[in-house]
Amino acid sequence: MIVDVNVHLGRWPFRYLRHDDPARMAKKLRSSGVGQAWAGNFDALLHVDLDAVNHNTALWCRRWGGGLLVPLGSVNPRLPDWQTTLLRCVQRHKMPGLRLYPGYHGYQLDDPAVGELFRLAQQHRLLLQVAVRLEDPRTQHPLLQVPDVNLAPLQGLLKAFPRVPVVLLGALRSVSTRELEAMMDWGPLYVEISMLEGTAGVQRLLQRVPRQRVLFGSHMPLFVLESALLKLMESELSQEEQEAIRHRNAQVLLSGKKPS
Amino acid sequence: MPLDRRAFIRGSALTLGGALSLRRLPRAGAAQPTIWDRRSLQRLRIWDLHGHLTGVGGTAAERIRWILRYARRLGIERVVFFMGLRFRRNPAPREFRRDNDDLMRALEAAGEHALGFVYLNPNYPEESLQELDRCVRNGPLVGVKLWVAARATAAGVLAIVRRAAELRVPVYQHTWYKTTGNLPGESTPEDAARLAAACPGAKIIAGHTGGQWELGIRAIRRRGNLWAGLGGSDPTAGMVEMAVRELGAARVLYGSDCPGRSFASQLAKVLGAEIAPVEKRLILGANLRRLLTAALAAKGIPVQP
Repeated sequence: MIVDVNVHLGRWPFRYLRHDDPARMAKKLRSSGVGQAWAGNFDALLHVDLDAVNHNTALWCRRWGGGLLVPLGSVNPRLPDWQTTLLRCVQRHKMPGLRLYPGYHGYQLDDPAVGELFRLAQQHRLLLQVAVRLEDPRTQHPLLQVPDVNLAPLQGLLKAFPRVPVVLLGALRSVSTRELEAMMDWGPLYVEISMLEGTAGVQRLLQRVPRQRVLFGSHMPLFVLESALLKLMESELSQEEQEAIRHRNAQVLLSGKKPS
Repeated sequence: MPLDRRAFIRGSALTLGGALSLRRLPRAGAAQPTIWDRRSLQRLRIWDLHGHLTGVGGTAAERIRWILRYARRLGIERVVFFMGLRFRRNPAPREFRRDNDDLMRALEAAGEHALGFVYLNPNYPEESLQELDRCVRNGPLVGVKLWVAARATAAGVLAIVRRAAELRVPVYQHTWYKTTGNLPGESTPEDAARLAAACPGAKIIAGHTGGQWELGIRAIRRRGNLWAGLGGSDPTAGMVEMAVRELGAARVLYGSDCPGRSFASQLAKVLGAEIAPVEKRLILGANLRRLLTAALAAKGIPVQP
């Protein structure tokens, strides 16, 4: 059993992807041993009507997931009345968390609105995911170059809102494991392995980051699912470490964060 | 435009001189494993085109042993290494000689599990040719690595590539198209295509497939003496399918760019691709073995295709 905390429904703007159809994605996940996948929506990157995007995310997860896909909503705190969008994620769609795209939505984490967003997340017991990087900057479309998210302001946010777990998506090519080691003291911060690279990468990551903070993430369908699966095979991991990363950490995280 | 997969598969097979019977080629959509274990990976006879000794500590021997330990966990049979214990973009002759010495020391420690390409600098053409003879004609190395000292269109490159063709060894030319901008001496796949046109007898590998592989594959597809090296980029879905569609499976080579990249992410590009099992076998090892056949034979190294 695997819990994949980083998949996307919707369409990647720059390429046809084989598994960008919810039915095909669900089939692929199931056949690869993934029992639960936390799904955002690529449409949230560039669409302004995020209420419609979130509606579709919830709908597709219900229709195609059969319990497999857990929908995560998207909120852009730079948009007018983003608070209503957040409340709809909680009340209408029963989403356990939100996926934020500061790079694509054009804000920094020290924006005052992000503090307000964290306050509401804590109030509604939401977990937050921050998409630090979706694509290697060297391969981005020249007309849409999106920098990695600066994570320094997270220290203050996690101190102010210590009951909001934050999962960093795609962070492991832009933040060193040494930096991550220090960041783990900031609060309930988690990373997933989709962009982790290097020989024996998971094993080396665990030398600096507690195993309780490491999650399985594939970044499917932009990345091939097999990448994350094989990383767990490449590294020499104990049974305890395997189970923690494959599912236990994510299950604990989600069980504590179901909306009231 | 509808894609004629059988035509691509046929093209791949024909490039292999008819060694594979079309009737034996399974469909791309045929059932394939989605969960791999070491034994099933070993059966694929994986040879990795692209490894380095940088980024880990210890002597050359310690480094290569450590890297190969993890290669074996994923069933990889043999890894090709190039460059020394640190990356030098524009090495002087004494520096690339030292790098190649370090590499050859590492290879001695690795036994049959590793091979090596000689690292040269086209800004020093005479010294590079001497080094090519020292390490390839008279030494254990079986190919040439060119990095970012000079673009593939630079004056000193052609003599090196022609000499490599005479010695019947492939040339790995690093290539990238970086949205953020290439280094001054960094080649694009179009540079590699010009080089391939200027030296049709050479076998040239466009490293990284240009990074932006949708551009890189387009740039090299008309040159039959250019191969796509898959290693050293994110495991984005569709890369291998496009390479097979445009180049034929016989011109696509798996590599990892270890230890900076994980074996897992780079193998996954091929294992997770929607291509036929026989195409995966070609890309993961058979193509590289074929490319190195002459060099290995010259050194008396037996190899099963």
